[in-house]
Amino acid sequence: MFIDNLTTESLGNIYIGLLGLAILIYAILDGYDLGIGVLLPVKDEGHNDKMIASIGPYWDANETWLVLAVGILLIAFPSAHSALLQSLYLPATVMLLGLILRGVSFDFRAKVIEHQKQQWDFTFKLGSLITALAQGYMLGIYVTGLRSDMWAQGFAALSAVGVTAAYVFIGACWLIAKTTGDLRAKAIVWAKYGVLALALGIAAVSITNLMLHEDVRQLWLSAPTGLVLIAIPILSFTLLGIGYLVLQRLPSIESAGDKLPFFIAALVFTLCFCAFALSYYPYVIPGHMTINETLSNGESLKFLLIGAIFVVPCILLYTVMVYRIFSGKLETLRYH
Amino acid sequence: MDVFLLSRLQFALNISFHILFPTITMALGWFLFYFKLRSNLSAHPVWMRIYRFWVKVFALSFALGVVSGVTMSFQFGTNWPGFMERVGNIAGPLLGYEVLTAFFLEATFLGIMLFGMHRVPNWLHTLSTLIVALGTTASAFWILALNSWMQTPQGHEVIDGVAYAVSWKAIIFNPSFPYRFFHMMLASGLTASFLIAGLSAYRILLGDNKRAPTLAFKTATYTAALLIPLQIFVGDLHGLNTLEHQPQKVAAMEGIWETTEGAPLLLFAIPDEEERTNKFEIAIPNGASFILTHDINGKLQGLNDFEGEHPPVAPVFFSFRIMVGMGMLMLLVSWLGSTYWLRKKQLPTWLSKFFVGMTFSGWVATLAGWYVTEIGRQPYLVSGVLKTSEAVTQIPADNVLISFVLYSAIYVFLLLAYLRTLMVMCRKASDVEEYSRPEFTQFKLQQAEG
Repeated sequence: MFIDNLTTESLGNIYIGLLGLAILIYAILDGYDLGIGVLLPVKDEGHNDKMIASIGPYWDANETWLVLAVGILLIAFPSAHSALLQSLYLPATVMLLGLILRGVSFDFRAKVIEHQKQQWDFTFKLGSLITALAQGYMLGIYVTGLRSDMWAQGFAALSAVGVTAAYVFIGACWLIAKTTGDLRAKAIVWAKYGVLALALGIAAVSITNLMLHEDVRQLWLSAPTGLVLIAIPILSFTLLGIGYLVLQRLPSIESAGDKLPFFIAALVFTLCFCAFALSYYPYVIPGHMTINETLSNGESLKFLLIGAIFVVPCILLYTVMVYRIFSGKLETLRYH
Repeated sequence: MDVFLLSRLQFALNISFHILFPTITMALGWFLFYFKLRSNLSAHPVWMRIYRFWVKVFALSFALGVVSGVTMSFQFGTNWPGFMERVGNIAGPLLGYEVLTAFFLEATFLGIMLFGMHRVPNWLHTLSTLIVALGTTASAFWILALNSWMQTPQGHEVIDGVAYAVSWKAIIFNPSFPYRFFHMMLASGLTASFLIAGLSAYRILLGDNKRAPTLAFKTATYTAALLIPLQIFVGDLHGLNTLEHQPQKVAAMEGIWETTEGAPLLLFAIPDEEERTNKFEIAIPNGASFILTHDINGKLQGLNDFEGEHPPVAPVFFSFRIMVGMGMLMLLVSWLGSTYWLRKKQLPTWLSKFFVGMTFSGWVATLAGWYVTEIGRQPYLVSGVLKTSEAVTQIPADNVLISFVLYSAIYVFLLLAYLRTLMVMCRKASDVEEYSRPEFTQFKLQQAEG
């Protein structure tokens, strides 16, 4: 089979590609879950059930993309996995605790008596917020090349807010697509704030990123990669502008355009991701470890790839199938 | 405390908490498939009612399993970097296949199973239930293949301390894998059976006299009664397999210090590792030799042959007795229950109460069993290839102490919330009215129950 003839270099590229794909899909899919969690009102005004129902059939599979991403990092780039997670030990632990709270609250709230439900809504919100902030913080530290000085901490704090804003934005967009009436109107307002916060976040992160890394700055100033890299933020801001206009013009009742904001948000996520990927390739940890330095044994990776070639398309296929089954506006979701 | 001890404690805590939930869902998935099939085959809604109650328990248990499982995938890197450095070429692909072939399948089709009943045709809903059950089983397949390889490694070669795969077939189907896989699947079957029986009995004792809890109770009692002799048989084979490949583990299980012909079966003792002897022995002469070699004068290797290379004796010795004791109790209760069910319409109250007491007996037995096999593998992480102490992280012990305290707090909280929620669900279900529509008469009900 052609897999046997793959060079180490192409194996590395395939696995970094898979890793990137898993992270991107995770950020978009669990991003909207987490964003909705962050948005959940502490004091229920009758919308909480619907907000949580809008992510009911998906959150579990969405979180699995994180397991896949961490899994690929562990399997294909083991030394990067341990370097990364050992220096991010405490934030990673905090994120996991957040994910635990978020995941279980979802199921507990549906089963307990009424007055406890509010407590689980609170832990759901708290868990989502902790997870989003911790992921943003870790992204920040990662981007600085695992530095821990004050500058890096400041950047990571900025990144934590930025990522949370991004999740809130895509979460609000998901709600616009899935809900009607009051809640939809609220979601439109949330999404507008989200666009503004995200635009600020992208600007701040891009500028700081250029200030932090000499080689990234070189890359941005060099042709032709530089042109692409400069085009990306311009394109993102244009998209966010269009997104804001779309949100302004959405009619007060549900319409065919309700899905548009979500696709715009997903596109902005993809663009930002591409900017990161292009800036740091071929590094797995910026400034420290390249793909080749940390790639694990080729034969084992080939063995896994044989399965991945068949299974990954199937996963994408049945993921799309589930999204189609539950597409359209929300009905009240119940366990039957 | 040093980082090694803390990392071990934390990993033990995480995996002990985690395994509670897959142990339930692996078999409960198949129970749900059975309930759904019975519901499709009969016009009576009683099976659907059973399905609906247990699908909620499944969803809750599954969520707890997922969140605690995600933690594990991080800990390999955070606390045990040496594991991936030394045996990652073997462990990596097996874990990868688990994620690809099992996790996505379970998580995605669970969505349809829980929320899709009115959105998809009935056959697709039934198929989703089957796929979720298959997914949980596939997950068990891969992770037990890896665990078994760590117990009885083969199919690899070690170059400069790093293991490389030679034959994947040999790696996956290593000597202890088939035994461990069936032993664990049966353990899951028993855990789910006693959970269903226990909570159904609890509902009946609360005054729930609908057909659903009684029917579920009966189904679970019969299942347990069928599975427990099988489990004892498979457990015995597993023990013989361990004797062949990991004799030091068996020596610890049986508390045998000196190599003996005609070793006694210790019903009770307190192993003393410093004196290298047992105290307060209650023994059946020649018993251990008879069970393990099927010859009353068979020779069993003692721990003193493996000094410095054998596991801590007392935890393995006691865990093994707890597991076997629980198994015997399961045999007694399930057979007694089945006898009553065959002759009468109801169980006597004292027996129902006994079943309530046995609700989580599967957890006790499963945890004890895992302690036997995992502690029994020490001081090695991968038998003969990698010692546990060689794999541990270099991060500051304080960090691990913080995370350990946080995990402990959240797991205690979640376990209490889980138990409390199960009780609330039972109470809620008990308050629901029985079907009163005339078409579901007693006759129809009997037909539905087959």
